[in-house]
Amino acid sequence: MSILDWFNKNKLKKTDQASRLDIPGDLWMKCPSCNDTLYLKDLEQNKKVCHCNYHFRISPEERIAMHFDNGSFEEIEPQIEAIDFLKFKDTQSYEIRLKKAKEKTKHADAILIGTAKLNHLPVNIGVMDFSFMGGSMGSVVGEKITRIIENAIDNKFPLIIFTSSGGARMQEGIMSLMQMAKTSAALQKLADVHVPYISVLCDPTTGGTSASFAMLGDINIAEPGALISFAGPRVIEQTIRQKLPKGFQRSEFLLEKGMLDMVVKRQNMKDTLSSLVKTLNPHYERVAK
Amino acid sequence: MKPLEFEKPLDDLYTKIDELKQLSQESNIDLSTDITAIEKRAEKMKEDIYSSLTPAQIIQIARHPNRPNTLSLAQLLCEEFTELKGDRCFRDDPSIVGGVGKLGPHRVMIIGHQKGADTKEKIKRNFGMPHPEGYRKGLRLMKMADKFDMPIITFIDTPGAYPGKEAEERGQAEAIARNLKEMIGINVPILTVVIGEGGSGGALGIAVANRILMLEYAVYSVISPEGCASILFRDASRAEYAAEKLKMTANDIVELGIADKILKEPLGGAHNEWGAIATSIKNALLEELDDLLKLSKEEIKNQRYNKFRSFGKFKEPKPA
Ligand SMILES: [Zn+2]
Repeated sequence: MSILDWFNKNKLKKTDQASRLDIPGDLWMKCPSCNDTLYLKDLEQNKKVCHCNYHFRISPEERIAMHFDNGSFEEIEPQIEAIDFLKFKDTQSYEIRLKKAKEKTKHADAILIGTAKLNHLPVNIGVMDFSFMGGSMGSVVGEKITRIIENAIDNKFPLIIFTSSGGARMQEGIMSLMQMAKTSAALQKLADVHVPYISVLCDPTTGGTSASFAMLGDINIAEPGALISFAGPRVIEQTIRQKLPKGFQRSEFLLEKGMLDMVVKRQNMKDTLSSLVKTLNPHYERVAK
Repeated sequence: MKPLEFEKPLDDLYTKIDELKQLSQESNIDLSTDITAIEKRAEKMKEDIYSSLTPAQIIQIARHPNRPNTLSLAQLLCEEFTELKGDRCFRDDPSIVGGVGKLGPHRVMIIGHQKGADTKEKIKRNFGMPHPEGYRKGLRLMKMADKFDMPIITFIDTPGAYPGKEAEERGQAEAIARNLKEMIGINVPILTVVIGEGGSGGALGIAVANRILMLEYAVYSVISPEGCASILFRDASRAEYAAEKLKMTANDIVELGIADKILKEPLGGAHNEWGAIATSIKNALLEELDDLLKLSKEEIKNQRYNKFRSFGKFKEPKPA
């Protein structure tokens, strides 16, 4: 359902790019929130956060570089790839969509998983990639999330997943729906061995992703202003035939409604995460011995 | 009862038969040979129609207002069915119902979606589209079943979880997610029967089961074909095509390895005759319970976990 938002955002992105290209040199970027024109280098230095606190969407590589110790990320299972087992075709075949997404992102699918260090503490991480077919969850995303959870069950290091996803991948039909149950089931096993799981919800986290592993953190954190929902705003507006209030389904709204523990700015994310995993994980001491 | 669109030629024949019968009575002419001939033709036509249904037609049957529903099935299947209500947090959601009863020799908990029959009831039950409270009620009842060692049976029939403002405010995503996680830890067997529409996360939220059975004309999908068409094609009229592509019929779902078994419906669909389908559901459930109750609690949980763990189709190079 909320893949709708992905398509809307895709439309938006085109205009973003257009406004970006208006300016020669491609050194500037326009903030979609405050409309200010920002010097790209400054923006990068500020972890892609505008002075108005708008958090730009970023690639998994950027996120890993920002939040984990330099060079500590070791990817797991990069070779798992999607297949078009339903021979699904809408305006384009799934096969072609996959090919294009792989070329664009240089990734096999919409998530990277692996181990990393967080202020010297070993952790298991998953980082979703919205630019790969709207971060949608098909069999590969579901399998990789399950495997990183199993890795955490094994090594007893905390798990941190950064979500950014429009929900289930329609092109895989019912199989994508089942990934919601599969990932949630694995989290139940993780809970059995008392390993903490921190879910960091980034813009956007909707549909089948929010209604499974994203909402199941022992701690749920969101980046400011992220859209977090089950049904996307457009679907709701169509259903209830009303405009939704400003800020509806944004991080701050969810915090108020009791769905999140905290909203954390990108600049403070690393320290917040490392403090939490250090405090929560009962296994670090044993492993250190 | 209004006929489904593709049943109209059949309905016309039945009307004709009725007219002939009336004519024969009024005018005292013996038309029985003609009537029998047309009746035979009607039977043949019914068989033909029902043996070559398209996915879009199957969806119409799955959504038929006269489909058997959770509360009726609970009454037909169980002795002493007692409905239980409320999530103990916010309210009772009439879109998901539940209760306890005896199925053959077993004490069971029954939980399922309830769409409602007439307009008034449909509105009350929100057309079977639950709010978070519905999932929370479902989980409360499942935990009670676990506590009292009662197998759980869930009936699936929903267009999906309700995409509304209050549902979001009260944590629709969290409610469904929690059920997916916690159902894995339940120690008693869970059996799911998709009786009508298996609409996305709204269906899955009470369907993490050891066995998944589907009525012959039930469907199960990640998204409604209408939703899929309007998103991917930006054209709602492509729903029929989307219905084919999504592979959502009982045959497809079994072929993909998600559902375990199809329960055959009487010719013309279960909406014409609840008694027969209730019997076949009961027999199937008793058979599955016989199997599952031989397992230990740990084995029951593992079987359910391994079933869901195995779902997914992807390619991976063999390790060297
Ligand atoms: Zn700004």
